[in-house]
Amino acid sequence: MNQFAIFIKKEFFHVLRDRRTLLILVGMPIAQILIFGFALTNEVKNARIVVVDHAKDNASRSIINRIAASNYFEIQADVMDRDGMETAFRAGDIKLALVFPPSFEDNLAHQNHAQLQVIADASDPNSATTLTNYVSSIIRDYQTELNEQAALPYQIAPQIRMLYNPLLKGAPNFVPGVMALVLMLVSVMMTAISIVREKETGTMEVLLVSPFKPAWVILSKAVPYLLLSLINVLSIVLMSVFVLQVPVKGSWLLLFAESTLFIITCLTLGIFISIKTKTQQVAMLVSLMGMLLPTVMFSGFMFPIANMPVFLQWISNIVPAKWFYIIVKSIMIKGVGIEGIWKETVILCGITLLLFIVSLKSFKIRLQ
Amino acid sequence: MTSLEPVIKTEKLTKRFGDFIATNEITFEVYKGEIFGFLGANGAGKTTAMRMLCGLSRPTSGKATVAGFDVYRQTEQIKRHIGYMSQKFSLYEDLTVLENIRFFGGIYGLNNQQLRVKSDGLIERLGLQSEAKKLVGDLPLGWKQKLAFSVSILHEPDIVFLDEPTGGVDPVTRRQFWAMIYEAASRGITLFVTTHYMDEAEYCHRISIMVDGRIEALGTPAGLKTKLKEPSMDGVFYQLARGAKRGDS
Repeated sequence: MNQFAIFIKKEFFHVLRDRRTLLILVGMPIAQILIFGFALTNEVKNARIVVVDHAKDNASRSIINRIAASNYFEIQADVMDRDGMETAFRAGDIKLALVFPPSFEDNLAHQNHAQLQVIADASDPNSATTLTNYVSSIIRDYQTELNEQAALPYQIAPQIRMLYNPLLKGAPNFVPGVMALVLMLVSVMMTAISIVREKETGTMEVLLVSPFKPAWVILSKAVPYLLLSLINVLSIVLMSVFVLQVPVKGSWLLLFAESTLFIITCLTLGIFISIKTKTQQVAMLVSLMGMLLPTVMFSGFMFPIANMPVFLQWISNIVPAKWFYIIVKSIMIKGVGIEGIWKETVILCGITLLLFIVSLKSFKIRLQ
Repeated sequence: MTSLEPVIKTEKLTKRFGDFIATNEITFEVYKGEIFGFLGANGAGKTTAMRMLCGLSRPTSGKATVAGFDVYRQTEQIKRHIGYMSQKFSLYEDLTVLENIRFFGGIYGLNNQQLRVKSDGLIERLGLQSEAKKLVGDLPLGWKQKLAFSVSILHEPDIVFLDEPTGGVDPVTRRQFWAMIYEAASRGITLFVTTHYMDEAEYCHRISIMVDGRIEALGTPAGLKTKLKEPSMDGVFYQLARGAKRGDS
């Protein structure tokens, strides 16, 4: 046991002496949260739009007012003809246009059915989708209100914000993604590199000749990175709560327990890579291309898995980050307890166990 | 000096990798306190033989004991009784001199008090008092090698395996290094040394020369020279090794 402590102490020396790497390790999650939180947000604010109002009646007015009241849109011009609208689109001055037909309120009142046109600049498909969603939800609100008015005439409650804002928030989705990404990077890559480094420098041989058990050599390598990764989880969660105002709805304990499980998955993966590779460069490349890329592509964090071809959907199932992403999203955003995520947890445990057995096997073969 | 108590004993020790016979039925004994030179061209099978004796690699057939322990079943005990220094520099460059000594002493199970006494003594003997808290990476190569050797015998093993310990070291440091080897031998430690330098082979009590996985010659340097009628060790080595079919591997 004493030997184990000595070994872990030495690993901490390695980690703490390499200032540059340490800075990256601690700074990276903070930088990523800030970048994803503020720069790469897919939430669109103050988009410039025009309204072509041929109706100029109460219904069209109230919808326009609601849109103007939301801070997602900034109405450039109230009245405009079709030609002017097209020119504005071409010049990129506006992102979206609303066109009300002449008898908008009439249609609504007498036929219970009215149409209006929402035209978006789809050269940027993501923001176009987001903006049309915003508009439809504002119109839906108005419609709901009208219906309520018809049933109970004295109950008009302007609940514009309350009704749509929570649904359209952009921040929560990427926090679990960043978490998976950072843990992948720290645990897989750093563990793999630190073990392969000993192989490269020749110290691994000396360790293997010593009475210290080979499995313990590997295990004690994992401990400092487990700790560092947990610190990263904590810093990401704290940043998300205090900087991005995305609270943890579920249990903190569960969140950290699941994170520890995923870190162990990553550490095992890192150990596996380190057994299979001979140089630090190869270990780094394998970790980046083989692990980080699938994490970004198949976790569902950047690209929705449901839209992928079936073959790729199948592949996504063996990417551990996908399951972790689902777990963290459920705990943090939906506030789900273990009863809602036990299936994902079991799958993650299974992947970890499999990796562990494979690593142990190949480690023994290498020793022969 | 040497007594005839064998500390390494092998009998037809063989290691195969598929069809390739890395080490082919080697039989030899090494005695307590002896400096045993283990020579051979690259690819002759030295490293494989040494790995088997260190308990890192399981022999395919044959028998061997190291420090009285069997290489098949008692690798754990073997590891406790040997020291090892590889041709690559084997200390941690990002740890200080003192931390390296403490770490390697520690994994051999020395307790804190032993560690303190031993590391102080070692630093004093090597004259490294002012460098004790410096990173090993900042030391000159010669000092690193001397330190690595001292660390490998810190736990007072029965046998130390030195795999080309003086590669890339200047002649003056090499001489000092050999003085340390002699000093260790005089304390009863057995030294098993591989080298490519023939002048170093002359320093050994006995040497063996491996060619293509077999031991082709074994004896004192003087004895081998007489037997093969060569004036120098260079000649002896060349005469035996030129027939080799295996090159670098």
